[in-house]
Amino acid sequence: MVWQPHDYENIPGTYVFDGQRSHAGYALNRMAFSFNSAANREEFARDMDAYCRKYGLSDEQREAVLGGDFLKLLHLGGNVYYLAKIAVFHGMNVQDAGAAFQGITTPEFQAILDRNATGFTDKLQQKGGYWHG
Amino acid sequence: MARIVGGVTTSHIPAISNAMAKGLEQEPYWKRFFDGYEPVKEWLAKVDPDIAIVVYNDHGLNFFLNQVPTFAIGCADHYENADEGWGIPTLASFEGDAPFSWHLAESLINQDFDMTTCQEMLVDHGFVTPMALMWRHLPNWPVKAIPLAVNTVQHPLTSARRCYQLGKALGKAIESYPEDLKVVIFGTGGLSHQLQGERAGIIDVDFDLECMEHIIHDPEWMTRFSNTELMEKAGTEGIEVIMWLVMRGALAPKVNVVHKHYHAPISNTGAGVLVLENPAS
Ligand SMILES: [Fe+2]
Repeated sequence: MVWQPHDYENIPGTYVFDGQRSHAGYALNRMAFSFNSAANREEFARDMDAYCRKYGLSDEQREAVLGGDFLKLLHLGGNVYYLAKIAVFHGMNVQDAGAAFQGITTPEFQAILDRNATGFTDKLQQKGGYWHG
Repeated sequence: MARIVGGVTTSHIPAISNAMAKGLEQEPYWKRFFDGYEPVKEWLAKVDPDIAIVVYNDHGLNFFLNQVPTFAIGCADHYENADEGWGIPTLASFEGDAPFSWHLAESLINQDFDMTTCQEMLVDHGFVTPMALMWRHLPNWPVKAIPLAVNTVQHPLTSARRCYQLGKALGKAIESYPEDLKVVIFGTGGLSHQLQGERAGIIDVDFDLECMEHIIHDPEWMTRFSNTELMEKAGTEGIEVIMWLVMRGALAPKVNVVHKHYHAPISNTGAGVLVLENPAS
């Protein structure tokens, strides 16, 4: 019983959601999937600890859910789309989570995004044929 | 005979649906992004399609990780949107075309693409965001819609090459249907973005524009990338761009470019919009 290695494990700061992670995170992601129902969200909000136990999360996963430690949850097999359903309870959206993964503030994270896109309109002009507004 | 009038590419992120729900389209942050869809809407009004085939991935609404089909097609009379857990209002249901769907499924399976057929299918933001981008200004959806879901969530994923081949088979499937239908295909998702990990926040404008140009003129270029290479360049979520190749494969080798639009960032994403028209045959 050996999980096979993959070349994508060498991409830095990246946790490709594959069979191994999905296997490890199954209970966690299954709990997050249940949050598609408003009644389940209310039950979770009333007693998060009990709800995590009901879904059979590991102690580590449960503590990371309660503490809103999203990098830890990635390490423990959380899928980012499912973690987004949990982040709502911590008042976080995907940009807040993106910042939290790096231990920076959301404005700092947004500044990275802006920097990465800097000058894109010049590049559109070089390529030609793009809508300008 | 059914005829493919063209294809459209678009991002489908929930932040777009959220902005539409809140009426933020003319806010400075969003204006340029949304204004770039006006020519798309004009083109759609002109070609007046009967059917939209929406190629998208489910992000945890219809498919949980207990069962993950690589390729799935809706074969129902209608499709419902539903609560994804983060408070964006649910949109009106979509009318399907079951006989056409089953024809497509049968033709694709006969062409060695073993589709999962779905007679009940909740459609998530990946499907409804593009529909709303194109047609929210109308009182009712003006087309019947067919969801075609590609797994881009749980690896192993299919490849860019395979998506392109699926598109070619889809083109044959559509064009072998005897009813006179005008079909538009939406290739959704992308472009570069990574939501997860310390690498979250990457946007690669150069790669995004290379993708847009090559999707138009040389889609085979895209098919030479492995999924690992695509994730290195476009991010773990940017790999959704492989779904554009399903749309592109269904179109003619040479297409007319009606519209090109790019904006970045919207939320965490580089957003690319193409309108490609099949030459009149
Ligand atoms: Fe997506």
